[in-house]
Amino acid sequence: MRALDRIALTCGLGFLYAPILILVIYSFNASALVTVWGGFSTRWYGVLVADVPLREAAGISLVVALASAALATVFGTLAALALDRGGRFAGRRVFLGLIYAPLVMPEVITGLSLLLLFVGFGLDRGLLTLVVAHATLGLGFVAVIVGARLRGLDRSLEEAAADLGAAPARVFATVTLPLIAPSLAAAFLLAFTLSLDDLVIASFVSGPGATTLPMRLYSQVRLGVNPEINAASTLLVGTVTAIVLTASWLTGRKGSA
Amino acid sequence: MKRLLPVLPALWLAAFVLLPVILTLKISLSTPATAQPPYLPVLDWSAGIEGWGSFLEALDFTNFETLASDALYRDAALSSVTLAAIATAILALIGTPIALAMARAPERWQPRLVALLIVPFWTSFLIRIYAWIAILKPEGLLSAGLMKLGLIARPLEILNSQGAVLIGLTYAYLPFMVLPLYAVLTKLDPRLPEAAADLGAGPTRVFWTVTLPLARPGLTAGALLCFVPMVGEFIIPDLLGGSDTLMLGRVLWSEFFSNRDWPLASAVAILVLVLVVGPLILFREDEATEREAGR
Repeated sequence: MRALDRIALTCGLGFLYAPILILVIYSFNASALVTVWGGFSTRWYGVLVADVPLREAAGISLVVALASAALATVFGTLAALALDRGGRFAGRRVFLGLIYAPLVMPEVITGLSLLLLFVGFGLDRGLLTLVVAHATLGLGFVAVIVGARLRGLDRSLEEAAADLGAAPARVFATVTLPLIAPSLAAAFLLAFTLSLDDLVIASFVSGPGATTLPMRLYSQVRLGVNPEINAASTLLVGTVTAIVLTASWLTGRKGSA
Repeated sequence: MKRLLPVLPALWLAAFVLLPVILTLKISLSTPATAQPPYLPVLDWSAGIEGWGSFLEALDFTNFETLASDALYRDAALSSVTLAAIATAILALIGTPIALAMARAPERWQPRLVALLIVPFWTSFLIRIYAWIAILKPEGLLSAGLMKLGLIARPLEILNSQGAVLIGLTYAYLPFMVLPLYAVLTKLDPRLPEAAADLGAGPTRVFWTVTLPLARPGLTAGALLCFVPMVGEFIIPDLLGGSDTLMLGRVLWSEFFSNRDWPLASAVAILVLVLVVGPLILFREDEATEREAGR
């Protein structure tokens, strides 16, 4: 490997990981000052465990992430199937645009526009609106991931099953679904992570009693750097890393990446 | 059966993507009011055609006139686009060598390198930006380190400035630039740069005349993936930019949450949409030309 390439990779990955590493290291800092090292301690994790509002917020985030990821996976997979198998249906371009829109649209716009919809139809803001908003956000990502897997699928397997007399529903359940299952799992996990991570959209569409973890963290971050947040961040980073590694392992299997 | 496949997702997308944007457009033409919902006019369905008439009459462009005439919004729009453009340029500059290095790395390393790039990208955005506060603040690690090295005499005043916002934008969006570039570069036929080198071109010339032109679709895709969300970015200017850095995402946020001016916030949303739709259309045409050329 060339020396220049090595430098580029080291600097690039160093730039990406250094801030996260610093954050993790300082979560074990005994001192309350975030920039002064006062020795190793797990006291901030104790503070974290005793923080009831934060724990409640984490619970709400988990519920919303699970429900919205499930919805996003179902609808996103249907969308991917429609694009891959549906032929040239009317409005296909508009459909494609609507799938991709939430992927690139600035979050403030997604959040505000969804809120205006909910208010316009007199829906109370809370868990339900959060789930719907996050499912909409995740849908596009699911469609992209599952769509990539569908395109890479060997269609002769499905044709063989059909030739041997299986009805379309049976072909789907016994051949297609098992083949795309890893990508479904990966897509679900990514939709889950997106929901768990979202601050901006949640701030718009959530109501009293439905404060998510990022919303709670944000209100504390605004007050300045604080070691308890470092501890919470470390746990969150650990969780997400585990999820991403699982997802990339799932998509990486059977050469589907 | 096949025909029914798009129905459910299409209904969902129409209800929760298309309709909200149309509503935002409508409310951007309304007037704020101390009512629930806090804007006028509200369409009276029971009044039939007449209701529609008076509803449409009450809509006007006041909010957009405010956006155009008030220096605050003009500055916010200008600095959003400028900061996003500068950050995109920086990303292209540092993203290209990284993507190139990844594409040239031994094949068994490549999936791992991609995973390494993706992990922080899925790690909480809020937390990654928060991490920079501790680094950039005057008594933070960057100033302390540089002072220890004797490079600076006094702590840096970089947090709460546009510089900090640029660092945050570059940091947060790096994977969005590198991944599309890598996707193109990894498919590039290695015989093409080799042929150029065999014919006597130096490494620099090979890069500028062969590799870069071939990598252009990746570069455009990356630039778009970065620029579009950056223009409406909220968390980065809010946490790193201080009170002086105005960006449209932040203006929208404060019009909505602090001033409770929903129509003006909607007008800002529409302005951002218009600002980013331009580059998107340019990209589509670029893509179309690429396809034509490929035939």
